[in-house]
Amino acid sequence: MAFVDYYKVLEIDKSATEADIKKAYRKLARKYHPDLNPNDKEAEKKFKELNEANEVLSNPENRKKYDQYGENWEHGEEYEKARNQQQQYQNSGGQQGDFGGFSGFSGGGDYSDFFESMFGGGAQRATRQNAVFKGQDFNAELHLDLKDVYTTHKRTLTINGKNIRLTIPAGVENGQVIKISGQGGEGVNGGPKGDLYLTFNIENSTNFKLDKDNLYTTVDLDLYTAVLGGEITANTFDGKVKLTVKSGTQSGSKVKLKGKGFPIYKKEGEYGDLFISYHIVLPENLTEREKELFSELAKLRGK
Amino acid sequence: MNKDNWIQLQTICSHYQLEISFFTNLRDLGLIEIEIIEESLYINENQMHNLERIIRLHHELEVNPEGIDVVFNLLQKIEHLQKELATAKNRLRLYES
Repeated sequence: MAFVDYYKVLEIDKSATEADIKKAYRKLARKYHPDLNPNDKEAEKKFKELNEANEVLSNPENRKKYDQYGENWEHGEEYEKARNQQQQYQNSGGQQGDFGGFSGFSGGGDYSDFFESMFGGGAQRATRQNAVFKGQDFNAELHLDLKDVYTTHKRTLTINGKNIRLTIPAGVENGQVIKISGQGGEGVNGGPKGDLYLTFNIENSTNFKLDKDNLYTTVDLDLYTAVLGGEITANTFDGKVKLTVKSGTQSGSKVKLKGKGFPIYKKEGEYGDLFISYHIVLPENLTEREKELFSELAKLRGK
Repeated sequence: MNKDNWIQLQTICSHYQLEISFFTNLRDLGLIEIEIIEESLYINENQMHNLERIIRLHHELEVNPEGIDVVFNLLQKIEHLQKELATAKNRLRLYES
């Protein structure tokens, strides 16, 4: 359990007045408020720390106790005594009043172990029963491979201990966020349920690169087929395809296979295109005879 | 009109301890929509996410409704830019080995 320097959190020094604390807190809250920093875990963490610091420092009694024992919370006998007194105070049903924090926000703030240990946690929290009506929104990340999102499929996810069966539409993009209504936390006082925001994190372990709905891949082509032309079999994303190679095919040249790309999101049966680049592989470890023949070919071209 | 998914404004007012004028002001600024069903005012459930954000920004940061409108516009821009960035990052994968 680490000591938390609340003055540092609020970027003030120990001589700060109540007005300074309020001002510092307000200023930083405007910067780190989660509603202004959606999907920013760092900001959310910082905001919780601000609330905790404010709860301690804006309350003269808490501040006094913190200044006196804070740093020595671990060893001080005085600290223990103070803690016992604190517990008695709580047991006697003491009211600490509203610290003006935002702990009602998004289902309540998490307090540091340090805070819980020094100020007893729960009983001291400033609660705002009315701050929430709609249930809490949940955020979750789903890690999939590109292969998984080639076809529309159903998947069961466990979110906050609840199983949710979802249809994952083919062609969903990396980084895309899907909102699933009503799959968040329960509402308060008959308020509607929260929503679930699912972010797709899609890794690509295939030999295909994706750009929007088009797929790109490279196929090795031996020198002889490239020069003379012929037929090859190439892999598509979900199968194989026979290709006719024109004679004199250059390295790096591309062919487009219409409709063999990636499925287009929410457009069933529609696909992007597949672009195949040829990579011509030259023969290695030539025999004497082969060298002779290549020399002859070179001569014919005047090389 | 079917009242499923609609919440009576009165319920919302008493829950948040806010005056009806607070919500009508938001409506006048185009931040929320209010429907009249059988002579009562209602808000659609799908607006609650935004509405709660408005209330939090108003209560917790003392931002007035006009300020909230500005905040929302800027957040929308950020969201748009983030989407663009995600698309650009995805395209970049094309050139990474």
